Amino acid sequence: METGVKKIKKAKLPNRQIRMEVVFRHSLISAGLVVVILVLGIMLSLIWYSIPSMKALGFTFIWGKTWDPVRDIYGAYPFLLGTLLTSFLALLISIPFSFAIAFYLGEYKPRSWLSGFLKNTVELIAAVPSVIYGFWGLIVLVPIVQKIEMKTGILPYGTGIFTASLILAIMIIPFAASLGKEMIRLVPASLKEGAYSLGATRYEVILNVIWPYSKPGLFAGVLLSLGRALGETMAVTMVIGNTSMVPKNIFSPGNTMASVIANEFTEADHTLYLSALIELGLVLFLVTIVINLAGKRIIKRFTNI
Amino acid sequence: MTAKKFIIGFIVALTAAAVVNIAPGCNGNTKGKSNADSTSASGKDDNTILGAGSTFVYPLFSRQFSEYNKLTGLKVNYQSIGSGGGILQLINKTVDFGDSDSPLNEDQSKKIGAPVLHIPMCAGAVVISYNLPGISDTLLLTPEVIAGIYLGKIKKWSDPQIAAINKGVKLPDFPVLVIHRADGSGTTGIFTNYLSKINSEWKNKVGEGTAVNWPVGLGGKGNEGVSAAIKQTPGGIGYIELAYAIQNKMIYAKVENKMGKFIAPAITSTSAAAEIQLPEDSKIFITDTNAIDGYPIAGFTWALIYQEQNYNRRSFQKAQNVLKLLWWNIHDGQQYCAGLNYAPLSPAAIKVAEKILLSATYDGKQILKQY
Repeated sequence: METGVKKIKKAKLPNRQIRMEVVFRHSLISAGLVVVILVLGIMLSLIWYSIPSMKALGFTFIWGKTWDPVRDIYGAYPFLLGTLLTSFLALLISIPFSFAIAFYLGEYKPRSWLSGFLKNTVELIAAVPSVIYGFWGLIVLVPIVQKIEMKTGILPYGTGIFTASLILAIMIIPFAASLGKEMIRLVPASLKEGAYSLGATRYEVILNVIWPYSKPGLFAGVLLSLGRALGETMAVTMVIGNTSMVPKNIFSPGNTMASVIANEFTEADHTLYLSALIELGLVLFLVTIVINLAGKRIIKRFTNI
Repeated sequence: MTAKKFIIGFIVALTAAAVVNIAPGCNGNTKGKSNADSTSASGKDDNTILGAGSTFVYPLFSRQFSEYNKLTGLKVNYQSIGSGGGILQLINKTVDFGDSDSPLNEDQSKKIGAPVLHIPMCAGAVVISYNLPGISDTLLLTPEVIAGIYLGKIKKWSDPQIAAINKGVKLPDFPVLVIHRADGSGTTGIFTNYLSKINSEWKNKVGEGTAVNWPVGLGGKGNEGVSAAIKQTPGGIGYIELAYAIQNKMIYAKVENKMGKFIAPAITSTSAAAEIQLPEDSKIFITDTNAIDGYPIAGFTWALIYQEQNYNRRSFQKAQNVLKLLWWNIHDGQQYCAGLNYAPLSPAAIKVAEKILLSATYDGKQILKQY
C-alpha cells in the first residue's frame, strides 16, 4: 500500500511539471498571438476606413501632388517625399555621431567617468519627450537656420525640411549608438587581442576586426533609428513648416505624413477627407514595413559576407 | 515552487485578460461608445451636462459654466476637442451639445440626419499680425492687399499696392513671408471665408474650409505656432485669433471694411460686425460685414443641439436644463465675454438666438416658454 502511494506521488511530480510546461508554453504563444492579431487588426482597420478614399482617388492618391481638402483632391506625394527626405537626411547626419559614440563606449573607454557620463547623456536623449525637442527647435534652432538662410539668399523661413532633419538627427542618435555599443562589446576578445598582439593600432583593430564583425548590429541600430525618424510627429510638426507644396530643396518648408495626420485629423469635417487621412496612415504603415524588410535583407547580406 | 506557480498563474491571467479585451478588435470600440452613451444621454443624473467642441470658446465656456454652477448647481463638463470633434460627438449622440466655429456642412448635416439648431454663443475676430522691424505705426490693409499677399502675388513689403494705402510709412524691402495655420481650425475657416467673399480668384482657386490648399507660405501649429513664426521672421505676416493676439500683445493691422472704413480689430468692432440683418437660423459668416463700424474678419461660434431633444431616452428635465443653460449663456452669461477678450453678441444676434432656442422641442412640444 505504502509503496503504491509513493509511486503515485513520484509519478505526479513530473506530471505537474509537464502541465506547467504546457501552460507556460501556451501562455507564451497566446501572448505572441495577441501582438500579431493587434498589428493585423490595425492594418485591416486602416484598409477598411480608407476604402472611400481608395474608391474615389485610386492610385492617384500616391502620386498626386495636390492636397486640397476644399475640392476633395488628395495626393500624398508631397508628404511621402517629405517623410523620406527628413528621415534619410536625419539618418545621414546622425550616423557619424552615433557610430563614433558606439566605438568610443564599446572599445576605447568602456569604463571611465567620462564614458559613464556620455552613456547617461545619450540615454537621456532618448528619454526626453519629443514635444520638448520641437519647442527647443522652434526657439533656438529655427533662428540659427534663419541666419544661415539669410546669408545664402534663400527665403529665410527658418523652418523646413533641413531644420526638421536636424532635430530628428539628434533624437535618433541614441538608438544606433546604444545598440552599436552592445554589438561592439560582443566582438570576441581573442580576436581583438590577436590583432593587438600583431601590432595593430586601435584604429586598425576597429577597421579590420570590430567593423566587419559588428556590421550587422550597427546596421540594425541604424534601422531602428530610421523607424523612429519615419514616425516622429510632434517635434517635426513644430519645425517643418507644414505646407502641402512639393519641397523644391532641403531648405524649403514641407510636411510629413505623420504631421499631416496629427494636424488635420481633429478637424477633418467630411467623409472623404477623413478617409484620405486614414489612407495616409496606411501609406506610412506600408512604407515602414517596406523599409524594415529591405533593411533586414541588407543586414542578412552583410552577415553572409 | 510556489513562487514559480504564482508567476505562471499571473502570466496566464494577464494573457487571458489581454485576449478577452483585445481579440474582438472592432467590438471594443463600439462597446466604448455605447458606454459613453449610457452615461451621457440616458444617464440618471440630469444635473450633469456634457458638451464638446471648439477650443476657441473654451476659456469663455469654463468661466460661464462655473458661474452658472454657482447659481443653479448644474454641472457642465465641456471638452475642448475642436469643432470637428464636437460635431462628431453630437452625431454619435455622446454629448448633450456640441460647439463649432462654423455651421454644419452638407456632409455633416447628411450624417446627422436630424435638424440641428445653431445658437450663436459669442463672436470672435481674426487679426492680421506682422513683423516689420522699425515700423511702429499700425499698418493699414485693404481686402485686395490681403488677398494679394495670401495668393502669393504681393511678394515684397515695398510693393506699390501696400505703399499706396500706407502713405508716409517707410516700408522695408523685405520679402513677404506668409504664415498660416497648419492644423485644421475654425480660425482658418473664418479667414478663408473672408478671402473667398472678397476675392473671386481666391474663391475659384482655393476656396474656404478649416484646412485649405495654401498657394504660398508655411504653417504653424495653433495660434501659438503662428505667433511664434511671426515673431521670429522679419517680414512675416499671419492671422491669429483676436483674444490670443490681445493676451500676447501682438501688433495687428487695421483692415478696410466693405463701407470703406479702416477698422482696428477690437471687441466692440467685432460685436458691431454682427449688428446686421441675420438669417433666422443664424447660420451665417459675418465676414465682410455691411455694418459701418464692423471689423470684417469676424465670426460666431455656435452651440449645436438637436431640435428634437427626446432622443436616446433623455429625460425632459435634462433637455430643459440644456436649454436653460444656453438661454442663460446668451443673456446673463454675456457679461463674462469682454473680460476674456471675446466679443459679446450684438442685440440683433441675441434676438435671433432667442427665437432659435424657443424652437427646440421635446416630443414635438416647445420646451422653453417665452421668458
